Amino acid sequence: MKADKINRLYFDTVDSPPVQFDRREFIKKMGSGIIIVFSLSQLAFTKAFRGKDDEEYPEFNAYLRVREDGFVDCFSGKIEMGQGINTSLAQVLADELEVSLDRVNMIMGDTDLVPYDAGTWGSMTTRFHDPLIRAAAVEARLVLIELASEKLEVPVEQLEAANGKVVVKSDKSEFVTYEELTEGKKIVRGLSEKPPIKKPGEFDVIGKSFLRRDAVEKVTGKALYAADIQLPGMLCAKIVRPPAHGSKLIAVDTSKAEAMEGVKLLREGDFIVVLHEHPEVAEKAVNAIETEWEIPPSKADDETIFEHILKTATEGRVRHSGGNLEQGKKEADILFEEEYHDGYKAHASIETHAATAVFEDGRLTMWASSQTPFGTRQEISDELKLPLEKVHLKQIFLGGGFGGKIYNQQAVEAARIAKMVEGTPVQLMWSRKEEFMYDRFSPAAVVKINSGIANDGKITFFNFDTYCAGARGTDPFYNIPHHKTTTFDGPGVHPFYTGAWRAPGNPTNTFAREVHFDIMAHKIGMDPLEFRMKNIGDNRARRSMQVAADKFGWNTVKLPEGHGKGMAVGIDAGTYVTIMVEVKVNKTTGDVKVLRAVVGQDMGQVVNPQGTDIQAEGCVNMGLGYSLSEEVKFDWGTVKNQNFADFQLPLFSTIPEKIESVTVDAMDEPPQGGGEPAIVSVGGAIANAVFDACGARVHRMPLTPQRILDALK
Amino acid sequence: MEKKVQFELNGEKVEVAFEENQTLLWALRTHFKLTGTKYGCGLGYCGSCTVLWDGDPVRSCGIFLEDVQDARITTIEGLATNGELHPVQQAFVDNDALQCGYCTPGMVMNAVGLLNQNPEPTREEIIAGMEDNLCRCGAHTRIIDAVASASESMKGEPKL
Repeated sequence: MKADKINRLYFDTVDSPPVQFDRREFIKKMGSGIIIVFSLSQLAFTKAFRGKDDEEYPEFNAYLRVREDGFVDCFSGKIEMGQGINTSLAQVLADELEVSLDRVNMIMGDTDLVPYDAGTWGSMTTRFHDPLIRAAAVEARLVLIELASEKLEVPVEQLEAANGKVVVKSDKSEFVTYEELTEGKKIVRGLSEKPPIKKPGEFDVIGKSFLRRDAVEKVTGKALYAADIQLPGMLCAKIVRPPAHGSKLIAVDTSKAEAMEGVKLLREGDFIVVLHEHPEVAEKAVNAIETEWEIPPSKADDETIFEHILKTATEGRVRHSGGNLEQGKKEADILFEEEYHDGYKAHASIETHAATAVFEDGRLTMWASSQTPFGTRQEISDELKLPLEKVHLKQIFLGGGFGGKIYNQQAVEAARIAKMVEGTPVQLMWSRKEEFMYDRFSPAAVVKINSGIANDGKITFFNFDTYCAGARGTDPFYNIPHHKTTTFDGPGVHPFYTGAWRAPGNPTNTFAREVHFDIMAHKIGMDPLEFRMKNIGDNRARRSMQVAADKFGWNTVKLPEGHGKGMAVGIDAGTYVTIMVEVKVNKTTGDVKVLRAVVGQDMGQVVNPQGTDIQAEGCVNMGLGYSLSEEVKFDWGTVKNQNFADFQLPLFSTIPEKIESVTVDAMDEPPQGGGEPAIVSVGGAIANAVFDACGARVHRMPLTPQRILDALK
Repeated sequence: MEKKVQFELNGEKVEVAFEENQTLLWALRTHFKLTGTKYGCGLGYCGSCTVLWDGDPVRSCGIFLEDVQDARITTIEGLATNGELHPVQQAFVDNDALQCGYCTPGMVMNAVGLLNQNPEPTREEIIAGMEDNLCRCGAHTRIIDAVASASESMKGEPKL
């Protein structure tokens, strides 16, 4: 799928596109058992209700099957990249269907086995996928009870499901197992209009902590990632790359590479590929190809990019507004005007983009590290002019995604190569250098804020202009009478690809807003928590602050000299998140050590509490990077970062000694996002704590030691 | 003439033909099909290709095949014995010390090597010993806990 289309989907809507396959054929292929079909998108959800569709089978894009051996398969287009849905989705299914967790089998992201899904992103799985899986599991349970009623000749009201059986309520010794009920049957159903899903008090599995179900595979090296597929006769591919984005090939000499034993050279215009059994030899051969390139002139580098952004991102769009800014200005006693900057960030998953593929009998089979297997299938089908059903993406684990594997350039490249050497399996695994070059970075951005407060600390107006960071995280949850949020963008702003990075744009927007709030609070000598509480509008945002403050001991904690505390509040994917940190700053070197972090989230119902804690810890640890050290260095199309030596990820010694995750008790509310939200407030909290520790007010992320020293001058 | 190298791999004597500049990492992955050892950066920065050489952790992406003659190499696939997880593997499972799992084999091997050298490390020594292995998901916190609990449970265990 093309990046602009993905971005449209990603930023503007959560609805999956309609089903794109022949349902009748698909259902024929499904095999036997009790099959409940359902649709993952809210829009199509209604269409999967029974009786609302003229056709024999309702529209659906996921299904579960109670097999004849009593095990349950859940077929879904979502993928597992570390976020733990392989466990949490199985939990809700097990709870509603009354089977043990180890009887649930998740089949994910295989384009021939599962129905269409738009991709795994936006912390959407638990919010939108989970309620439907619950409903489908209930439906399956009801079918099983009906079947049991016939078999046992007992009315359904007198039966209940428990642990893989249907039992007679009054005499638990009388029962029939799911295996006995499904044997030799094929029953296909959609969902009831209002499936009687369990209420919070009735949960057995939901709300309890479970260890990852994929852990044993992963600690033994058995878990397979895209480049772990080793096919007989497979060749490794390396592609000739330009020195900079936008370069034009002027001259090329491939003779030295071609002279190397066993090296196969392919060329289609600028697409020059070498293949060899050993990746080292392929690498050597590609390095032996002499090329000359015309590199476009530089328009900006990592220091001048902000000026360039303000000049070129001129297309404004008002996202939120209320009241009248001029009126708010009149009511203000103190006015503020500040500008905040954030650099480009790489996703830097430890697994680089990879794909293993073979093209034979007019059909392409591929294992690709992709968050969008169906989008990848579409892209390959377009590129190779193959019908969709001739492209098959297989299920595979992802070695990290964070939004970077929504985009699948490597898969299209591998597909092209596979077709050129028809019958021979090929593997393309990007080098770390290629990964830094072709990653779709989180965009550099500028945020300008004008605001005013009354002497008592009430904010009278807030004007938020965000350039290139998008609207995510800007929902007005503070109660400000006169406010306006405008996003700016434009063509030709960025020298290279940009894209979705864990909660896209939100860390930038939240950093700017929350640092600005800190500046306003300090101006009138008010405690930052008190200042926020005074201006908060949304009750869930308030609750997230409260649980974090209680855990942190915001009002009581005594910090030693040179230490500081800071906080930031954000919203992402329906979850409110407050982060409070304690930092230590070395005023001579500018080094920051985050000692402690508390993550307080209001995320509605929590399915796997330990999974939530792990995502919160991961967000804090990963978030340290964008806050303090990670920055893409470039001179227009030339990306200077080539490996981890010049893109400093967080380390064991730099992560906080203690991370505490707390959630608001809201089991009776719908579940919200958990994979991304906690990362959005890390930067703002750290920046505010740095100010508290040493008085350095830094307006730009990452807060490098030099920027802290400069701010101290 | 084709050059060959012999070494011990996960307890078995093996022999493999090699070409100049071929690394242990890719030989493990493509020749021996032991794909638990991962490529992450190719220059020794990330540690996802960590294996044991005579019980010490090494980066297989920077080791040329010609240099492993007579070496005793252990990969993640050689850690569990008779279907039973090594205590470090078990500790990673029990502590939920992983997310995407891609850096995990390297982390586990590095931790086993660390405990070979220092069976009862302090928390600071664990941090220093694991420092050069990168994790992008941010599982560090639980990895430290896992190594500490493995050390606890391994008292008296033979070294690898």
